[in-house]
Amino acid sequence: MSGADNVVWLGTPAFPEAARTALADPQLRANLRRATATIRDRRLAVAAELEDWEELRETAATIKRHTLRHLDHHLLRLEKAVTAAGGVVHWAADAAEANRIVTCLVKATGESEVVKVKSMATQEIGLNEALADAGIRAYETDLAELIVQLGGDRPSHILVPAIHRNRSEIREIFRREMGEWGAPAPEGLTTEPRDLAEAARLHLREKFLRAKVAVSGANFATADTGTVVVVESEGNGRMCLTLPETLITVMGIEKVLPSFADLDVFLQLLPRSSTGERMNPYTSLWTGITDGDGPRNFHLVLLDNGRTATLADEVGRQALACIRCSACLNVCPVYERTGGHAYGSVYPGPIGAVLTPQLVGVENAASLPFASTLCGACYDACPVKINIPEVLVHLRAEAVEAERRDRLLPTSEAIVMKAAAAVLNSPRRLAAVQRLAAFGSRLVARDGRIGALPGPFARWSATRDTPVPARESLRAWWLRTRTPTNGDSRTTAEGKGRR
Amino acid sequence: MNDRDSVLSAIRGALSGVPGSESPDASPLSHGRRVDHAGPDVVGLFARRAAEYRATVVRVPSAGAAAAVARALARTGTRSLVVPPGFPEDLVPAGPWSLLADVPPLTVGQLDAADAVVTTVATAVAVTGTVALDHGPGQGRRVLTLLPDQHICVVRADQIAPDVPEALRLLDPNRPLTLVSGPSATSDIELDRVEGVHGPRTLDIVVVEDA
Amino acid sequence: MRIALFITCFNDTMFPGTGRAVTTLLERLGHTVEFPTGQTCCGQLHFNTGYRPEPLPMVRRFAETFAGYDAVVAPSGSCVGMVRDHHRVVAAQYGDAALAEAVEQVVPTVYELSELLVDVLGVTDVGAHFPHRVTYHPTCHSLRMLRVGDRPLRLLRAVKGIDLVELPDAESCCGFGGTFALKNSDVSNAMLADKMRHVQDTGAEFLCAGDNSCLTHIGGGLSRLRTGVGTMHLAEILAATEGDVR
Repeated sequence: MSGADNVVWLGTPAFPEAARTALADPQLRANLRRATATIRDRRLAVAAELEDWEELRETAATIKRHTLRHLDHHLLRLEKAVTAAGGVVHWAADAAEANRIVTCLVKATGESEVVKVKSMATQEIGLNEALADAGIRAYETDLAELIVQLGGDRPSHILVPAIHRNRSEIREIFRREMGEWGAPAPEGLTTEPRDLAEAARLHLREKFLRAKVAVSGANFATADTGTVVVVESEGNGRMCLTLPETLITVMGIEKVLPSFADLDVFLQLLPRSSTGERMNPYTSLWTGITDGDGPRNFHLVLLDNGRTATLADEVGRQALACIRCSACLNVCPVYERTGGHAYGSVYPGPIGAVLTPQLVGVENAASLPFASTLCGACYDACPVKINIPEVLVHLRAEAVEAERRDRLLPTSEAIVMKAAAAVLNSPRRLAAVQRLAAFGSRLVARDGRIGALPGPFARWSATRDTPVPARESLRAWWLRTRTPTNGDSRTTAEGKGRR
Repeated sequence: MNDRDSVLSAIRGALSGVPGSESPDASPLSHGRRVDHAGPDVVGLFARRAAEYRATVVRVPSAGAAAAVARALARTGTRSLVVPPGFPEDLVPAGPWSLLADVPPLTVGQLDAADAVVTTVATAVAVTGTVALDHGPGQGRRVLTLLPDQHICVVRADQIAPDVPEALRLLDPNRPLTLVSGPSATSDIELDRVEGVHGPRTLDIVVVEDA
Repeated sequence: MRIALFITCFNDTMFPGTGRAVTTLLERLGHTVEFPTGQTCCGQLHFNTGYRPEPLPMVRRFAETFAGYDAVVAPSGSCVGMVRDHHRVVAAQYGDAALAEAVEQVVPTVYELSELLVDVLGVTDVGAHFPHRVTYHPTCHSLRMLRVGDRPLRLLRAVKGIDLVELPDAESCCGFGGTFALKNSDVSNAMLADKMRHVQDTGAEFLCAGDNSCLTHIGGGLSRLRTGVGTMHLAEILAATEGDVR
């Protein structure tokens, strides 16, 4: 399986179609509305506690952007520091290479199972499937990932992959599937979150205690010290990072920070932005290996898989600053209605709509940059100030240009857009179209309202009435009722400004 | 070309627009706390914030520390207590519990069967109600504070840093570090917070103050 | 003050009443309003839909047409957002230094209506009278691109006779998004349904906003459902006086 197949799930329809399916599921919409509203309020409350919140965002954005501009330098520093601390650094240009490296490392231990800490990077490369192909079973240990894995499902949120499931659905999955994977669900399991969490604890405990190999992602890695950071809540991360003899961490190359001191900013921003907590319950930091404490072997796999291509785009590269907090998902009005599956990628929501097309090539995810109203809520929420609307518009242009390149004939949209531009470049033509529209629409209107519109506008008029264009445009009214002013004489010349 | 070379060369190609005169190491901004989030009552804030995370927090004079640890152990009915090497002996209370020293290292099975562990901390953070362990003397290996279901932390008031930046400056990046804010928790089910998943489900913090 | 009205292509064609209201209002406040007839469009439709070359002549035309005024006012948050945030992007994309300079000159003079009234002209009570129950939807681009904040609400609160009621969940997008409403019509409809429900919950007679594009979307839905809730641009409420009959 190639990485692109996993970043973008094969067989997922374009966003508008996938969204239609999601919108038809009232349970999903109820789950999403409840969950996103809860987290939105919590995030706002804890962000408001820090009066220098905006300054922290600005600092984080500056650090990330500066680091990306010198990424090779900082990765080499990281490699040196990790190696000096007893770790082994591997480089993977793509998903296939990363999977090959991890599979070989696991096989070298002689083990046939691994425990995993929730990690976007390993989902992106399809590591679990690659390990399964090599006869190695990977157990997800984050509660939400466990729900997704047991349910044979796909994650729908960066932070809470099972956000689309409610408590009753989770209980059913646990009752049905836990026995297949290990310790079965307890008798009389209720839908109480506390009971469900307890069931997960019992189910995973034996796996943690016998695991010899763990695979994790990384939230940050600091180049000066070689320190890797994993931020989590449940303690499953600590189990994986502490108990096994071998730890393999797969990390996107964009996660490096220049210095340990930089963590002060990010450890203030990340928990508040993601779960809406002042601090997440557990943050683990480790530097190579430590005698007598924790794994005896540590491997760090640095993953490209489309990141250097993203880096090459000077507008789009800011998406690599993402710290995967998922604040943008929780505030997005589109995500709130469709959920994550509609995006057809491990990276859903606004950040997914800018990251996915860049990682896999915009022509392979061309509907995603359009899956937004450009309302800007994501940009306001982003702790590292990724201007998501700016990148969306930039990628829309890339998608339109890719389409132009790949087609012999222009799309109907392109023809309409070209015609509209010709009208909008000329006050005279605009005035002519205004007269025509006012006349023509009166033929189809009733009570000053148009009910049904033709062509692609039928999708608009299915649920909305449209007012008829005015009998007299403002331009016509002005010319009829007012004396031309200096301003007019200066600019009425039709040719001015046209090229 | 191996993957290391090809990734590095792709990065350099992508960054060809960055002027060579721009220094990669120039720290773009000075770090550290620019605004005081903690206020004057650092210890009080720490106690409140840690309690908001549903840790059980008590503030005692040093003479009362061992008794406070004993009360925490009695409350949960502890029968076996792990005591890391270097933990102050005068803080280990006598009681109806057996003491487990980690010398020689306890097995995973022994730790899983133990009820509680008591440790000191490296530092703590008032604003976030966090305790930070560097797993040095008095704190023990990481696994000691992971498998037993109750973790009792003894924090000296003068170890509490006001905020995250100060605490990070006190920590040695060359040591394994664990920041703990309340008992283990999850919000994975409908974003409802539930305390107690894999890590210790009970966190007791004994803040030792001397007048 | 000599103020140029940038009516925007959409208002010019569909809602000239909004332009007349802006004119009435500013003249009532003692200012001179001009309508440079060379104006057409800010280029937002093409820019936001990914048509990169098309907005260039519109940006050029805008900079030339609106050069030299004390202020330029547009009754549209999103068109002002386009001018303020993206005209320089378009100029830069084509490496046209002269255009870039012209854009830099004109951009600081361009204001959305509530910005012009509150920040430049220093008024919040514009002498309006509108004895109706009104709720206000802060459109996304006014809110997050322009940061107009509570300026429209301060203006509305000063209107005599108005019964201004708060719109629940006001800051969430109505689902219009330009071509989004066509390309992702199902999601757009779902967002519209929630917005309409909130509007109806207020019991307002009129929904007010600073952008007729969003109002066309929400108002079109309210009309289809025969809710009886009307839509009015902020300018039209601010232009209304005691003698007006509605």
